[in-house]
Amino acid sequence: MLELKNLTVRIQNKEILHDINFKFEKGKTYAIMGPNGSGKTTLALAILGYPGLSLDKKSKIIFNGRDITNLKPEERAKKGIFLSFQNPPPLSGVNIFQLLQYAFPKINPLILRQKTKEISQKLGLEEEVLERSFHPGVSGGEKKKVEALQALIFNPKLFIFDEIDTGLDVDALRKISQSINEIKKGKTTILITHYARILRYIEPDYVLVLKEGRISHFGDKTLAEKIEREGYKNF
Amino acid sequence: MKKRLEFKYKFGFSVPHKPVYTTKPGISEKVVKEISYLKGEPKWMRDFRLKAFKIFKQKEMPKWGPDLSSLKFDEIIYYLKPIEKRADYWEQLPPEIKKTYDLIGIPEAEKKFLAGVSAQFESEVVYESIKKDLEKKGVIFCDMDTAVKKYPEIVKEYFGKLVPPADNKFAALNSAVWSGGSFIFVPKGVKVPLPLQAYFRINAERMGQFERTLIVAEEGSFVHYVEGCTAPIYSTQSLHAAVVEIFVKKGARVRYTTIQNWNKNVFNLVTKRSKIEEEAIMEWVDCNIGSAVTMKYPSVFLAGRKSKAETLSLAYAFGNQIQDTGAKMIHLAPETSSRVISKSVAVKGGRTSYRGLVQVLKGAKKSSVYVSCDALILDKISRSDTYPTMKIFEKDVQIQHEATVEKIGEDKLFYFNCRGIKKEEAESLLVNGFIQPIAKELPLEYAIELNRLINLQMEGTVG
Repeated sequence: MLELKNLTVRIQNKEILHDINFKFEKGKTYAIMGPNGSGKTTLALAILGYPGLSLDKKSKIIFNGRDITNLKPEERAKKGIFLSFQNPPPLSGVNIFQLLQYAFPKINPLILRQKTKEISQKLGLEEEVLERSFHPGVSGGEKKKVEALQALIFNPKLFIFDEIDTGLDVDALRKISQSINEIKKGKTTILITHYARILRYIEPDYVLVLKEGRISHFGDKTLAEKIEREGYKNF
Repeated sequence: MKKRLEFKYKFGFSVPHKPVYTTKPGISEKVVKEISYLKGEPKWMRDFRLKAFKIFKQKEMPKWGPDLSSLKFDEIIYYLKPIEKRADYWEQLPPEIKKTYDLIGIPEAEKKFLAGVSAQFESEVVYESIKKDLEKKGVIFCDMDTAVKKYPEIVKEYFGKLVPPADNKFAALNSAVWSGGSFIFVPKGVKVPLPLQAYFRINAERMGQFERTLIVAEEGSFVHYVEGCTAPIYSTQSLHAAVVEIFVKKGARVRYTTIQNWNKNVFNLVTKRSKIEEEAIMEWVDCNIGSAVTMKYPSVFLAGRKSKAETLSLAYAFGNQIQDTGAKMIHLAPETSSRVISKSVAVKGGRTSYRGLVQVLKGAKKSSVYVSCDALILDKISRSDTYPTMKIFEKDVQIQHEATVEKIGEDKLFYFNCRGIKKEEAESLLVNGFIQPIAKELPLEYAIELNRLINLQMEGTVG
């Protein structure tokens, strides 16, 4: 489904990811864990093609059998890769409805608005927040809800959730997890997280541990529980 | 497919039109006398012009602000009379002039949502109308030249009193060669429910337009005046130097909306000033999208207790454009309040400057001032500057000033890209979001037009 081949990534000459080789299978859910600065977010950004990263010549990203290494982020998004941002940037004056209109120009804006409102109700997102969804001053938790909302609307082939659980209260986490569980069936999901907590709501098939830019461990969810108990000192 | 981000100016056409009279290029006392003579003016106005011309010659060019050295006073045509007689119906206009206004959409707008229309082509107003019921209530809406002859007493009382010729070089120039513009008089207690619109069009090459607008809103009255401006694409420079004076009496309210969309060869150097009395309200909504260089700082003298003033300023500079805009608020009386909201966008090398003055004189107790200027810069070659001046001589006042500069960085664009949205579309979304607080203050039709103009600039055209 998604294959990373010899993925080496630098940010301003500093090597963050070192020669990563991994194959994500279709229909499976992966949790990526790892201490701060281990390269988790960089990995997500590399999959989407963030322009601030430089990749080694040998690095390849294969998505559904096609080499997407040289595609622009918007082309990757259109192929069905969705990233739920860890820290969405503030976008003054822009709200979710405007963004969706540009993302789905062929869909009638009124229908799009209706659908957005329906899904947001499921997530417990207030309509008032939708109107100012990307403005500075929206709380961290609300921002995460807006990210989850978009995941549900875009309904991609590959979901990447970068710390979707931070800032969410337990009720919100439950609602969001439930919706994600419903929609991700048959799709591939990557959950980047620090805590095993979310993995009780969205169960991963596999857990990867990233350490100093390398995949140090690979296993099932007991790995996550071990990390929760012992920290990273034994990894 | 044309290159994206290329700007297509919708009003860049010119119609072949032979004026009935034109002065020779350049300015002299003779030209000033000629203009006055052609208009058949009373002596007092002729004297006013000649005095102003002397001041113009003595005054130096502004030593601050944008470079105006490419402005050649000797090459400009100062007066160009398009037709013999003003039209009362659009059909009376020569077809080429009517076509111009049809293309801009004025007759249609008149039917739909305006209380009156004035259309100026080159130096003269060629068409004007006002709804009959307003006329019956005593509302006057005519061109300034007509007002000088028909209502000399009112004109004498107010003309040049707020912006005297000696105010600045371009006010002096306007005072010497002014032609056209609007005169509005709203009697006590009359509220004009729909906007009055003036439309200014420069058609000929090297043409200078020097209209003069005077609005007098009597006690408790209300009027909303909207002006729009366009010009064809020429390689040579044109000059637009207008003077606007507004008197808002006790408890009256005037809203003045400008959608300035001159083509990018026009120097737009305009002096706008208002004086407001007790509990009166003045609102400037000043949108500058076009022109090569604009220097414009609508001002308000808050002269009466509890008077209120607001300036919403929007500037958009693309490529070589310079938008040097702002506001001036002079608090002369107690319990007055003013608010300035300025938003500017600089794109592809464009340059915007906010230049503002707030002055609170001693005795203007319990007054409040709020100034907020936000700049959005889209790339590394564009620039924005802020020059705020505050002169506060009273202690018992509330002053607030906020300024932000926002850059559209990689992170923001990447976020949109990850949602399948391209860079140009993302920029357009961000710009529209940024100007929204001002765009929403415009009448719907103009807000749509503004949005369309900016999208055109941002996205270029597919053709």
